[in-house]
Amino acid sequence: MTATTKPFDDTQGLAIAVPKKHKKQTKFGVFLSYLPLWLIGIAVSSVIVVPLAYAVFDGFKEQGQVAGNAALLPEKWIFSNYGDLITSPVFWRQVLNSVVIGLLTVGLVVVCASLAAFVLARLKFRGREVVYTLFTLGLLFPAAVAILPLFILLRTLGLTNNPLGVVLPQAAFSMPMTIIILRPFFQSIPPELEDAAKIDGCSTFGFFWRILLPLSKPALATVSVLAIVGSWNAFFIPLLVFGNADQWTLPLGVMNFSTEHTSNWASILAFTTLSMIPAVLFYMVAERQIVSGLTAGSVKG
Amino acid sequence: MSIKAVAVPKPRRHTWSGRATILLFLAPALLLYLVLVLLPIVQAVYYSLFNWNGLQPLTNFIGLQNYVDAFNSTLFTGALSHNLMVVGLSLAIQIPMALGLAMFLSQRFPGRTLFRVVFFLPYVISEVVTGILFYLLLQPDGAVNNILWSVGLDGLTRDWWGDLSVVMITMFFVISWKYFGFHMILLLAGLQNIPKEVMEAALIDGCGKWQAFRHITVPLLGPTLRVSIFLSVIGALQLFDIVYATTRGGPVHQSDTLAYYMYDFGLKRQEMGFGSAIAVLMFLICFGFALIYQRFVLSRDVDGATTSYVG
Repeated sequence: MTATTKPFDDTQGLAIAVPKKHKKQTKFGVFLSYLPLWLIGIAVSSVIVVPLAYAVFDGFKEQGQVAGNAALLPEKWIFSNYGDLITSPVFWRQVLNSVVIGLLTVGLVVVCASLAAFVLARLKFRGREVVYTLFTLGLLFPAAVAILPLFILLRTLGLTNNPLGVVLPQAAFSMPMTIIILRPFFQSIPPELEDAAKIDGCSTFGFFWRILLPLSKPALATVSVLAIVGSWNAFFIPLLVFGNADQWTLPLGVMNFSTEHTSNWASILAFTTLSMIPAVLFYMVAERQIVSGLTAGSVKG
Repeated sequence: MSIKAVAVPKPRRHTWSGRATILLFLAPALLLYLVLVLLPIVQAVYYSLFNWNGLQPLTNFIGLQNYVDAFNSTLFTGALSHNLMVVGLSLAIQIPMALGLAMFLSQRFPGRTLFRVVFFLPYVISEVVTGILFYLLLQPDGAVNNILWSVGLDGLTRDWWGDLSVVMITMFFVISWKYFGFHMILLLAGLQNIPKEVMEAALIDGCGKWQAFRHITVPLLGPTLRVSIFLSVIGALQLFDIVYATTRGGPVHQSDTLAYYMYDFGLKRQEMGFGSAIAVLMFLICFGFALIYQRFVLSRDVDGATTSYVG
C-alpha cells in the first residue's frame, strides 16, 4: 500500500461470513443476519466509549459526587468545572504552547525529511542505501533509550526551558518514519516528468519544489498529521525539558493539575476531557491520513 | 521488508553541483538525526561506565560496575519482568484480540466503518490522558468498583492500582485499551492485501472456515502479524507515560517499567551513570530482538511473493 491508496475499501470485504442478500430474503431477514455483527460491534465500542463518557459527564458533577458513585449522568449539572478552566489563562497558554510546538515540529520534520527523502529516492550516489538504512535503524529502538544523554546534551546547549529543546528532538525522532513513508512515494513519480522538466530548463531543486512536492500532497498530509498527533500527545521529552510552568504543553498541564488537585476528581476529569477534544476532533477530520500513514509506515518498516 | 523502487531514476553524471545538492539536501535531516538520536545512544554507553550524578565532571570511572549493580538489583530485574509480562500478555491476549476484531471488520456489513473509527479512537488520545482517566475510574471508590457493587458483583471489586497482585494486570488493560485499535488497523490492512481468489478457491474446494483461517489467513498474514508483534515489543519496553500518569511504579515498585526505572534513577535520584546503563540494556534488548527478527523472520517473508507489501 502506498500512502495515497484509500486505506480501507469499504465497498469490498472478504468473502467469508458475508451475509448474502437473496432476493427472497425479507428486509427483516437481512436485519437479522446483521444483528450478531452489530451486537459484537456495539459491545466492543462500549468498552471504548463508556470510559470516555464518564470523563465527559464526571466533569459536570459536583465535587465529591464523582467518587463513590456509579451513575454516569450527574444528579445536578455543574458547569463551573469546565467554566473555570475555559476562562483560565493558564489553560489557554498550555493550548497555545502545544499548538506552537506541534506546528514547529511538523514544519521542521516535513522540510528536512522531504529534502532527504527526495535525494534518497531520486538521485543515485554511492552510500545512498547506507544512509537510508541508517535512518531506518531509528525504528528499531524506543526513544526512551536516548533520553538521559539527550537531556544532558540539551542542557549543555542551553535548550532546556526553550521550545526548541522539545521541537528539535521530536523532529529528529520522527525523521525515520517520515522518510520511510515519503521515499517510496517520491520514487513512484514517473521519471518522464523529471526528464520533461529538465528539458524545459528546470533545476534539480526546481523539479523538487515545483513538481514533486505539489504532486506529493497526499503523502505530505499523511506525515504532517502523524507528526502533529505525536507532538500533541508527547510527554516524556517536554517533561525533561520544561521546568518552567509557563512553557508547559497540555499533557504536562493535565498531569500537574491532577497531582495538585488529587481529591478534586470532577475538575481533573473536566481538564482531561478538554485536552482530549482537540485530538478527537482532529482524528475525525484526518482519520484517513492517520490510518494510511501508520499502516504504510509500519507495514513497510 | 524492502521496497521495490517503482521507477528507478536514471543514473546521472556526478558534477560538483550535483554532489553539493545531495549534501545540502541530506544535511538538515541527517544532522538532526545523528546529533539528537544516534549520538545520545553512544553517549549513554560512555556515561554508563562512570559513577556520575550528571553535573560534575566525568572522573569516577567504574567500568562495568553499573551493569553488575543493575543485574544484582531486584528493582531492575523486577522492572524487566514487568516489561516482559506486558510483552507476554500482549502476544497472548492483545494481538489475538486485535486479529479477531480485524477479521470482524473485514466482513461486509452496514456500520463497519463507524465501528472501525470508534475502535481506533483511543490511539489518538494521549497516554497521559488515558492514564489519568483510568487511574480515577479504577480507584477503590471509583466508577468501576461502584458499577460492580451496583450490579451485585461485589466479589470482583479490587483496589486496582493498589493491590500488588493486580496492578500490572490493570496496567495491561489500560495499555490494551489504548493500543488494540492500532494493531487491529495494521492487521486489517494486511487482511485486505490477501488476494480474494485464494480464499474463494479454498472455499470452493470445500475448505471449512476454521481451516481457511488456520491455513490461509494466518500464514498469508504472517508478515503483518510479525510487524505487529515487533511494534508491540518495542512499545512495551518503553512504557513510561502511562506509568507516570498512574502508579509511578508503585505500590512498592510492583509496576516499575524499565523506562520509568531509568527515569527514576537517572534524573530523580541523579544517578546518571546507572540510568545510562539501564538505557544501554534497553537498547541491547531491542536491538537483539530486532536482529533475531531480521535473521529468522524477515528473510522468510521476502521469499513469499504473495505476502510482500509492494505498491
